[in-house]
Amino acid sequence: MRTPRIAVVLLLIAGCLASQARAAETLKIGFITTLSGPQGVIGKHMKDSVELALDHLGRKVGGLETEVTYGDDQAKPDVGKQVADEMLKKHRVNFVAGVIWSSVLLAVAPTVTASGTFMIDTNAGAHEFAGKQCHELFFATSWQNDQTPEAMGKHMQDQGVTDVYVLAPNYAAGKDMVTGFKRFFKNRIVDEVYTKFGQQDYQAEISQIRAANPKAVFVFYPGGMGIQFVKQYVQAGLREQYPLYSVYTVDEVTLPALGDAALGSWETRYWSPDLKNEANAKYVGDFRKKFGYTPSYYGAQSYDGILLIDSAVRAVKGDLSNKKGMIAAMSRADFRSTRGKFTYNTNHFPIQNFYLLKAVKGGSGEVEMQIQKTVFENHKDAYYQECPMK
Amino acid sequence: MISRGRAVVLLAGFLVLAVVPAVAAMLNEPFYLDLFRRIMIFAIAAVSLDLILGYGGMVSFGHAAYLGIGAYAVAVPAFYGIESGLVQWTLAVLASAAAALVIGAVSLRTTGMSFIMITLAFAQMFYYLGISINAWGGDDGMRLARRSRLPALDLADATVFYYVVLAILVGLLWLGHRLVHARFGAVIRASRSNETRMRAIGFSTFRYKLAAFVLAGAVCGLAGALLTNQTDYLTPSYMHWTRSGEIMVMVILGGMGTLVGPVLGAAAYLLLEDVLSAWTVHWQIVLGPLLVLVVLYARRGLYGLLPGSASRDG
Amino acid sequence: MTALLVAEQCLNGLQLGVMLFLMAAGLTLVFGIMNLVNLAHGSLYMVGAYLATAVFNWSGSFLLGVLFALPATLAIGMLVEVIALRRLYERDHLDQVLATFGLILFFNEAVAIVWGRTALFTRVPSALTGHIMVLPGVSYPAYRAVIILVGLAVALVLYVLVSRTRLGMLIRAGASNRTMVAALGVNIRLLYTLVFGFGAALAALGGLMAGPIYNVQPGMGEEILIQVLVVIVIGGIGSIRGALVGAVVVGMVDTLGRAFLKPLLSTTLGPVAAQSAGPALASMLIYLLMAAVLFFRPRGLFPAVRS
Repeated sequence: MRTPRIAVVLLLIAGCLASQARAAETLKIGFITTLSGPQGVIGKHMKDSVELALDHLGRKVGGLETEVTYGDDQAKPDVGKQVADEMLKKHRVNFVAGVIWSSVLLAVAPTVTASGTFMIDTNAGAHEFAGKQCHELFFATSWQNDQTPEAMGKHMQDQGVTDVYVLAPNYAAGKDMVTGFKRFFKNRIVDEVYTKFGQQDYQAEISQIRAANPKAVFVFYPGGMGIQFVKQYVQAGLREQYPLYSVYTVDEVTLPALGDAALGSWETRYWSPDLKNEANAKYVGDFRKKFGYTPSYYGAQSYDGILLIDSAVRAVKGDLSNKKGMIAAMSRADFRSTRGKFTYNTNHFPIQNFYLLKAVKGGSGEVEMQIQKTVFENHKDAYYQECPMK
Repeated sequence: MISRGRAVVLLAGFLVLAVVPAVAAMLNEPFYLDLFRRIMIFAIAAVSLDLILGYGGMVSFGHAAYLGIGAYAVAVPAFYGIESGLVQWTLAVLASAAAALVIGAVSLRTTGMSFIMITLAFAQMFYYLGISINAWGGDDGMRLARRSRLPALDLADATVFYYVVLAILVGLLWLGHRLVHARFGAVIRASRSNETRMRAIGFSTFRYKLAAFVLAGAVCGLAGALLTNQTDYLTPSYMHWTRSGEIMVMVILGGMGTLVGPVLGAAAYLLLEDVLSAWTVHWQIVLGPLLVLVVLYARRGLYGLLPGSASRDG
Repeated sequence: MTALLVAEQCLNGLQLGVMLFLMAAGLTLVFGIMNLVNLAHGSLYMVGAYLATAVFNWSGSFLLGVLFALPATLAIGMLVEVIALRRLYERDHLDQVLATFGLILFFNEAVAIVWGRTALFTRVPSALTGHIMVLPGVSYPAYRAVIILVGLAVALVLYVLVSRTRLGMLIRAGASNRTMVAALGVNIRLLYTLVFGFGAALAALGGLMAGPIYNVQPGMGEEILIQVLVVIVIGGIGSIRGALVGAVVVGMVDTLGRAFLKPLLSTTLGPVAAQSAGPALASMLIYLLMAAVLFFRPRGLFPAVRS
């Protein structure tokens, strides 16, 4: 009795096709970040912010029903690539967003853009994508890595600070940060020390600093390394002697662990929870209410990423096949960003302000970062001229 | 040689792997082709480790170093314009073999915990070396310009690449089987159970062990070459000691000293990782106790749980 | 590079060594006596740190944190031994590696579920935030000086325990010949559980001392585990004396390498080359040291005697 079986099979196929047809009206976003392991805390900040953005948009991005799939790259480029492949080929997402680490982005972004899908970078500021590997489908809502230390370099140069002792971990990002710093800081650098990635005990380096007797110290120590360095620096009594300037070291991710040890630290950033504009007030306020902690720039960038996608889809009235239209809409940066109004450079990286921040005791008695002044206005990154797009 | 039950299982496994591209195409899920190809590449690495770990009792915690060397052997020439797969993959095998020769010559003088640590140390040194070479991306790594060019085979075609990897895996399993049941394999296994006796009989166990070590390293180098092609990316993290740990877990989970077991182990570990991580962020709290249970109650790993494995031959 | 700086760095090296010793002592005991490769030792270090920090933050008393964390981790260690590890003594080292690796995953995630992935806030107890003049012109953080004292005290206690007490004699006998000791009527199972628990308590002590100066977050044990393994291999497995010597040597070499390798290299290679070669070599230094030691003494500096 073969005929009924064929009928069943045909019905199944028809059903699958029908469900595919319905699925085309759903907007699918794949969000890649690190959710497990010690760096999972950053992934949590990003995921929570994406969820808040979806809430603010009524779970409809650009007016379409939206499905967000989260992928865990475990901070490994090959796992990130597998996750991206899964999102592109299995879930058939329309946008891939996220990515914390430059190494993961370097593995993931080319695959995403080559498949004709948008890559919305909400953190990693690898200079390759600001320069030679820029792509029309690639948009960053964060920054280019060098810009943040450039701002600190400029500030310290303008202040006439000299005899600076520089420390960073011995890996690509560490060296990039120092390069960016030296692009604008031209005074004397006492010593430039690179420490082992993941090092826990900095007592030896602290003794060296004391022996060198600089006038200030500039460091880049992200995540756990930052917590350890700053704590030990303060415990050794060095903060009173040598003011501590840093980038990506003292932020909303590390402040809970640092507490009062962070007081007096200087940082530069394009954003801060206390940045005054309507969108940011709403973001920070609602985020604190919903999740019970203060969001970080990782979160703000991810929130902006969803809003960017929303603005683009709205502009083409939900027609996801109109890629050119979406590119044009995104390039206008026509959405309410948490950083305020900004424009996109030809390489699809933001041209934005950078501020000097200081860790102070806030109104609630907690330590928080507060903006002191603007260091750069409408600052461009140093690589856009290498980008073929004009 | 092989029991009937075992042969049926092996054949079934081979068939499953062989039809994956067709099934994936039919279901319009090309992702599964990539997933299974990745599983097979790690299976190749795991099988190479089984040769020295399962049969020879040499607990090398630095096996991932060869994965990295093989990867660099493909990506670096490609960076300078040399895209021939034959050149790259030969370089991968030879460079890994050379490294294994040096590492083995030093490490095999020690045993037990010291051997574990010294192999780990060597792997870490390669890792730190890889991080410090800025020209090749340092720890950021770099993209593979183009997949290896093989005569008549286009690796950019996902299916063609899949079958190339499958062929290498099957070929490796067959070669391994022949080796293990030859005199070479017998000496290695006997050295594991009683090295003094083997030396008393007149075998230079050090040379046999070193040969096995070099062979295992060379094969793992090939796996590294394939891995770079798979991910189109080179990163020194391929050499990190935690990767060695993962490969070791695949071997032990699948069943040590069985050659086929590590294939099962690789499949189980990577599939579990994929499925569990989609389910919950805290997937490691499930995987952890699962591994403990497997060790406590499935002595010969997953392979020991299969029908037909009760037979004596290894 | 003054003599005073060198002296200060030597002190730093000693302190780092002592921290490593606290971890290494427990691990080498367990490995030497029970022949158990316990990768989850780092997890017990982490659990000790978390429990002490949580109680300290809640109650404001560091002492209370210590008094709670030590017995609690001891209990957890014994529980883990009874439930999971007891059956592994006769098994292959590889099976032990796999099982304890599974435990690492479990503990890291359990801690993340209870306390979240954000690092915990820790601080040095207020009584110890000052500095002391160890040498003229060298002002050393008081807390770190206390670490050195505690570590040396533990070394002394362990020495007395293992070589001068009946319990220590039982432990050493059990390590040499388990069956014989059991045949003589000693409850060897209980002995092993106690030794494991004691090792866990030592790890916890290391963890709770490290908490105020290091980072308390999931995975903190693995970062230090590799260094500890290097220490016990250099020192000789099963030997407390070896663990102490190995730890101090590793601490010194690592610290002095980080401090002085770059300046030394820049005199021969020039400052630019030294800037990349220095840190790269410094991170490999303890591995090179271990390779060198194993080349001359394949069983470490003070291998424990086994029959």
